[in-house]
Amino acid sequence: MTHDEIFAKVRDVLVDALAVDEDEVTPEATLTSDLGAESIDFLDIVFKLEQTFGFKIEQGELFPDNVTQDPELVQNGRVTAAGMTRLKERLPHADFSKLESNPEVTKVGQIFTVGALVNFVERKLGQ
Amino acid sequence: MRWMWIDRVTELTPRKRMVAIKNVTLSEEHLHAHFPATETEAAVPVMPASLMIEGMAQTAGVLVGHAEGFKEKVVLAKVSDATIDADVGPGMTIRYTAEITQIDEQGAATRGTIEVLDHANAETGYQPVGTVDLMFSHLDHNRSGLEFPEHNFVFGDSFKTLLRTSGIEIPG
Repeated sequence: MTHDEIFAKVRDVLVDALAVDEDEVTPEATLTSDLGAESIDFLDIVFKLEQTFGFKIEQGELFPDNVTQDPELVQNGRVTAAGMTRLKERLPHADFSKLESNPEVTKVGQIFTVGALVNFVERKLGQ
Repeated sequence: MRWMWIDRVTELTPRKRMVAIKNVTLSEEHLHAHFPATETEAAVPVMPASLMIEGMAQTAGVLVGHAEGFKEKVVLAKVSDATIDADVGPGMTIRYTAEITQIDEQGAATRGTIEVLDHANAETGYQPVGTVDLMFSHLDHNRSGLEFPEHNFVFGDSFKTLLRTSGIEIPG
């Protein structure tokens, strides 16, 4: 499957799960800020990706669990340097460019862009 | 039994599918407000679509709860899609059919169809009313730092009575 084919399928998943227009789903768009995803939508997206691509996504594999409650990752409302390293190891598909310039915990959602989902699927299919 | 919008479970295939019915009666308060007579129009008592969505949520919710022996606190998290195309009035029977499309530790997705039997035209059988697709969260796996009571407050006595009177054994 080519990159463009994967992008098109991911876009269809997001249009369906988040009731957004196709043209809103750009590679740079963040799921929460730009596309309005809320917590349950992440499970919906996981289910729909599993159905679309025929693989199983383990809990925490695509989206991390309880980052904000983990004192090793977050202190004083900011992701620590060690936390950033661990998150990058756990989530190699995510886009950390914006979070690194402003590591406030409220900005963690920015690592989940449409491009990050495409990246995740490409890695998963490549395994 | 104040907030029960299904009367009887008629079919249950664990982890897959559940069918429930509701008999709509003119003694239900909401039918008199939905819609009352006006100066120019006669009353039109029809089952509110929102309560049919609740009926599907209860049907699908029990199916999802039963899948894990009612150990999970199953809460409705999202109405993914709802289409209601027909009115249902007093004296008719609504049939809800819910199917689990996906389920894991965190929650479940269900697909549902709603049909109606008009007893005055029973020979036509159940006719389609609409579809309702839902998502449920297993609350204890999605706490976001919140604490919830130990006991399963979602599936209370009313649901247990519904299952028992429908001849369904409650796991655990």
